[in-house]
Amino acid sequence: MQTTLDKQTNHPRPEEYVAANVNIFETQEGYVLQAEMPGVGKDGLEITLEGTEITITGRRSPEPVVGEPLFRERNTADYRRVFELDPAIDTSKVSAKINQGVLTVTLPKSEKVKPRKIKVD
Amino acid sequence: MNIVRWNRPALSAWPSFGGLSTLRNEIDRLFDAPLTELARASQFLSGATPAVDVFEDKENFVVKAELPGMKKEDIDVSLHDGALSISGERTEEKVENGEMYRSERFFGRFQRSVALPASVDASKIKAQYKDGVLTVTLPKAEEAKPKQIDVQVN
Repeated sequence: MQTTLDKQTNHPRPEEYVAANVNIFETQEGYVLQAEMPGVGKDGLEITLEGTEITITGRRSPEPVVGEPLFRERNTADYRRVFELDPAIDTSKVSAKINQGVLTVTLPKSEKVKPRKIKVD
Repeated sequence: MNIVRWNRPALSAWPSFGGLSTLRNEIDRLFDAPLTELARASQFLSGATPAVDVFEDKENFVVKAELPGMKKEDIDVSLHDGALSISGERTEEKVENGEMYRSERFFGRFQRSVALPASVDASKIKAQYKDGVLTVTLPKAEEAKPKQIDVQVN
């Protein structure tokens, strides 16, 4: 586990993340996951498939600090979220893209489980 | 000014000893934040009022707003009576023949205004949209800039 030193107490603590808001759709072909990660570019993305889980990590691109902050609402923590995978998903065909802070992950189902019509002779 | 928006507790791994101090911080934060902040920060409303940061240096005010998944054309930035207003509408990205499994994203109209503490030069405002973050740079009007005045002492 990655740890950082807590500035106030000097105790190691688990790294903090914020959960990205997601929408998930299921189609006949597979699943589509959309995650909102404003401030994250292509280089800050890390998607790992391990066993039955998919982990999405988005690291914010460094933003140059301008002067003094007057008002701060935006969270500075990176994004992380873990989902359990439907066993029907073909993990070798997962693809992802990010556009203006919205990550779209396409998780196709393997051919075996896709509904198929059988022609009757 | 020290206004901190309430955020949902961050996801972290299973608590270790450090977990307690996080909880304490969270409780401190709850008591520090005014109630209106808490009400506004509820998840239902947070999408309609995007989170913003405001910075100031000698020359400019810089406002940054989180607007993931927008089209540049759908964002309106305007200045009215010394307040910057950011508004727009996020249209839903539907997946064809898709059945909704989980829905946490906000779609629809949003609006956010920020009162600027000094006057700005409206003709020189610049806005940039990158990685879902809108950055508006507002150069201060001449009269609002800090001035160095040399005083002759005889």
